[in-house]
Amino acid sequence: MLTTFLIFFPLLAALLLFAFRPQSAKAIALGASIVEFSVSLIGVFTFDKTGGAQFMVNVPWIASAGIHFAVGMDGISLLLVLLTTLLVPFIILSSVESRYDKPHTFFGLILMMQMALVGVFTAADGFLFYIFWELALIPIYFICLIWGGDNRGKITFKFFVYTLAGSLFMLVALVYLYLQTPGSHSFDISALYAAGKALPASAQSIIFWGLFVAFAIKMPVFPFHTWQPDTYTVAPTQGTMLLSGIMLKMGIYGVIRWLVPVVPLGVAEWGSTALILSVIGIVYASCIALVQKDLKRLIAYSSIAHVGLIAAGTFTLSKIGIQGAVIQMLSHGIIVFALFFIVDIIAERAKTRSLSELGGIRNVAPILATVFIIVMLGSVALPLTSGFVGEFLLINSLVHYQIWIGAVAGLTMILGAVYMLTAFQKAMSGEVSYLATGFTDLTWNEKMVLYPIVVLIIAIGVYPAPLLAISEPAVNDLLLIISDVTAQIK
Amino acid sequence: MNSLYVICGLGLISLIAELANFKKQLIPIFIVGILAAIGLAVMDWGTSLHYFSDMAIFDNVALSFSILICATAAFWFLIANDYFHTETHITDQAALVIFVMAGGVIMASFNNMAMLFLGIEILSLSLYALAGSRKLNLFSNEAAFKYFLMGSFATGFLLMGIALVYGATGQFHLDKIAASIAAQPELPGFFYAGVILIIVGMAFKISAVPFHFWAPDVYEGAPTLITSLMATVVKTAAFAAFFRMVWYCFPAVEQTWLLPLQVITVATLVLANVTAVFQSKVKRMLAYSSVGHAGYILLALTTGGTSSAGTIFFYLAAYSAATLIAFAILNRLELATNFAEGSFNGLFKKSPFLAVAMTVSLLSMAGIPPLAGFFGKYLVFVQAISQGYVGLVVVAVITSLIGVYYYFGVIISMFFKEPAGGEIQVSSGLKLILSLLVLVLLAMGILPDLFLPL
Repeated sequence: MLTTFLIFFPLLAALLLFAFRPQSAKAIALGASIVEFSVSLIGVFTFDKTGGAQFMVNVPWIASAGIHFAVGMDGISLLLVLLTTLLVPFIILSSVESRYDKPHTFFGLILMMQMALVGVFTAADGFLFYIFWELALIPIYFICLIWGGDNRGKITFKFFVYTLAGSLFMLVALVYLYLQTPGSHSFDISALYAAGKALPASAQSIIFWGLFVAFAIKMPVFPFHTWQPDTYTVAPTQGTMLLSGIMLKMGIYGVIRWLVPVVPLGVAEWGSTALILSVIGIVYASCIALVQKDLKRLIAYSSIAHVGLIAAGTFTLSKIGIQGAVIQMLSHGIIVFALFFIVDIIAERAKTRSLSELGGIRNVAPILATVFIIVMLGSVALPLTSGFVGEFLLINSLVHYQIWIGAVAGLTMILGAVYMLTAFQKAMSGEVSYLATGFTDLTWNEKMVLYPIVVLIIAIGVYPAPLLAISEPAVNDLLLIISDVTAQIK
Repeated sequence: MNSLYVICGLGLISLIAELANFKKQLIPIFIVGILAAIGLAVMDWGTSLHYFSDMAIFDNVALSFSILICATAAFWFLIANDYFHTETHITDQAALVIFVMAGGVIMASFNNMAMLFLGIEILSLSLYALAGSRKLNLFSNEAAFKYFLMGSFATGFLLMGIALVYGATGQFHLDKIAASIAAQPELPGFFYAGVILIIVGMAFKISAVPFHFWAPDVYEGAPTLITSLMATVVKTAAFAAFFRMVWYCFPAVEQTWLLPLQVITVATLVLANVTAVFQSKVKRMLAYSSVGHAGYILLALTTGGTSSAGTIFFYLAAYSAATLIAFAILNRLELATNFAEGSFNGLFKKSPFLAVAMTVSLLSMAGIPPLAGFFGKYLVFVQAISQGYVGLVVVAVITSLIGVYYYFGVIISMFFKEPAGGEIQVSSGLKLILSLLVLVLLAMGILPDLFLPL
């Protein structure tokens, strides 16, 4: 019931916005997203931390094809739903209504996006998962196409075709698995697990690639990342926040829920390849980020590096790796949202995002500079920030997996610190750039967004245990499903 | 069968309307009549009645395709309402459209080669005249002429094939031909030639590659609303006939025609979708996309046996609804901008309603969930994979990605390019019909079980 509400309430709000085109679209959307967040908090507090999947709903949907509307949340799902419902109100609050033509459409699309994202994180039926997966693409595409920057037609189209190409092969893989289920076939997640496990290793390898490419494009993992920097740069700020803050987690979540347990032998065969691709992505994106002049683009590349580390940790198939991935998904979502918001604030006031033109902002906007440095330290994983918990666990898992891979990943953390702090230095300190004069500090509205985020970054960094406790049983269940295969590898 | 009587009656009423001077009431009469025809078809459900010494059998397959033809035509008449008010000679044109429906219903229910021929000719002759109904327009004349030549050519193939099959089996009835094939261990060589000729004739009618080259020119030249009729009602009828022909009559000699038909399927998927990318006019793009969709339906037809009727029905229904929306909007824009190029540019600013409806239609044709087109493609893919045709499905997946490319070209120009000209007014009637069709697309995608009678 709770899950159904979380999925359909944003849709309802979005449809009302489309239908009635109210004047105060932003306030209504904000109200709806706060209601949604409160309900998800009820979910967090009533969640049984020792149990598996909860808040289940399972009703037949397309009975003739064995398709059910089956949703539910275990710890991993719950944390990602929480991330979604937490970020969407902030994303709406951070937007400037007057900047968008037809605001009711804009906020309606954001809420539709939220519906699809919650659906992806809670679906327990392969077909339903695919529907939500695709559904998430439509609103974000139109958000970028209608309100994006220069040359958005071509860039957003590339983004759409890339992700659609991936997901179509995922569909073929899912249908293939579905046809392996006994009787009149079913898309039920446990039936698909059983069907996938029963396949020979060669078939599992093929399905692995069908599914992995879809997830890898979404994250994105090297070499499937080429759509990402352009799209992040051209999207309107709220679109970039949705893409980087929540949407890329769909890829990781897909690996955890719909890849590793579905084709364990395929993962045993090709997981190391995926892991190495992820690590290449970390090094590659960090090197490119070092030479970026555009602040938004720099953060886009840093996002590829971070997500590469999360993916690599996941493919170690160890408990600390997956736990680290889950906590880092939360942390990265919050931090990258704040970073893009700060870039938006700077770009709006200085009329440029170019690092060579910015400078001296700290002198005119000290509060902004302070918030920026805290968020940035979270991003480079300083201890006592949320970024540290996740990255520590992830790198730890990589070191256990293979010492030199862990070393490479650890070195890139240093690279990350270099490019982030360089960017901070160029933009914030030094002489007051001629552009920075007339630069005002954070407004009341901006503080309302950034202060809670800063508190969260520090709070999760100091005391992450409750979050880790929520996801732990789900991670244990996952490892149990693949235990015979992981035992073989060892 | 009763619905066929009603449809023919409507044709007569239409011809009388000019004399008795009740032209204005014609469309409402048609709508009521078609609804009655649909009702009668629903009442016949499951009876599988035989007519005219078994020359027509109204089994569930025939009834469902008849209902689809009627429903599509009803929507078509509602969209074409304005068109009929502006044109002269409305009654004979309206009668011709009714006769197209009658031919379509016969093609969906035939059990005898002669009946098939009759149905095809009733349908085609009416269409030749309709395609040329803009008498002063050179393109319309060209379309009619080309359509007539190619249509006769195809009918020639078909007749020759029927004659050869008759020569080998001595039968005209589908079931008796099938029985005769089963009884004869050695069939003469010309029988197989006959089967191939029939397949070729039918492939012309559904405009499958390489027998499609008439379609883009005819679709482009004919008046837009007539094109939408060709792309929906006619295609439904042709596929219903094709399905009956191959799976009622020739299942035993599958090895003769299945492989050629699968080659045709792949060619249709690849060539039509690739060519559509290079079209600059939306109407021509839609023509090629229509050929491309024939490829997906062929994929369903060649991989599913007799059980593929449900998949074909669903796909055709989804495709017809989306196509009606697209052509209705194209027609509205042609009138508003006087056939100017790039009329879709900035449509979101000129008329948000039309832009959103067009987007839904294009997304459905591109196969994006949760719209009808997605579930249609899904059914086709599941059926093909379950029969072991994974390779064909991979081809179809790639071509549907190419499809996304050209459909999104239109979407991008609607939302992204700068508009030329002022706002476009949309009558509330058209708004209502387009909203209904959009709802149909959503309902078919979200609750597909309701639309899967077979």
